[in-house]
Amino acid sequence: MALNLWVTLIAVWLIANASLDTQVVVTGLVLATLISLALSRFSNAYADIRVTPQVLIHSGLYLLVFAQELVRANLHVARLVFSPRIDIHPGIVEIKTRLRSRTGRMVLANSITLTPGTLVVDIDGDSLFVHWIDVEAEDLEGATRAIAERFERHLSVIYG
Amino acid sequence: MSELIGSIIVLAGAVFLFAAGLGVLRMPDSYNRIQTGTKASTLGTILVLLGLCLFHPEWTGKLLLLVLFVLMTNPVSSHALARASHARHVPRTEKTVVDRLEEIEGPGDGA
Repeated sequence: MALNLWVTLIAVWLIANASLDTQVVVTGLVLATLISLALSRFSNAYADIRVTPQVLIHSGLYLLVFAQELVRANLHVARLVFSPRIDIHPGIVEIKTRLRSRTGRMVLANSITLTPGTLVVDIDGDSLFVHWIDVEAEDLEGATRAIAERFERHLSVIYG
Repeated sequence: MSELIGSIIVLAGAVFLFAAGLGVLRMPDSYNRIQTGTKASTLGTILVLLGLCLFHPEWTGKLLLLVLFVLMTNPVSSHALARASHARHVPRTEKTVVDRLEEIEGPGDGA
């Protein structure tokens, strides 16, 4: 069902317009209905989103972990860039995810890209190929633990 | 007062955006350039937008929406760039220690 998409679209529309005029609300309702009906035939990405108290708690925890990692990633990049000699040991490693849903994997890949020294290059099934600016572990288990573990703990509850 | 704090946050964002630009110039190969370009510019943009929230509190909702869009689209564009680079066998820096993806897909001619 496209209900999740519909709710998201309405929320975005109302925030972007910052008004509750009848005209604005009616236009938003019509547009959101048309768009979610049209898109629900092509994609079920939004159907993976469930809303339960547990999911909300872990979404909050996940946001905290993510914000912290984002700041660390930027300090790491700034330190690298402003240092007189760039001393890096880059490489592409493989990691395995235990997330089943495609939306969950997408969120995981995006999170990995935005966090310190890692960039997802390719996804093949449950394998993610990650470019790592300073390779700490070349083996599958070590790399998975270092890169994906802290996100997966929360994402596996949110998306299953 | 809130304008002063806003200015400082915008300035901090500008410093990160500068780091992103400098990183693109200084890093040895395209993958590492994509790395610095994505991360520093994401936080830089977010800080500039958050600083603007303090200047124009009535824009806060829209600015937070923009933060959300930046967070969702920025990594996607870097995946696309990195994946295309690897598929085209864009050369890596000689500092590279391992490339598991090439071990699986086979080496290219380096073209």
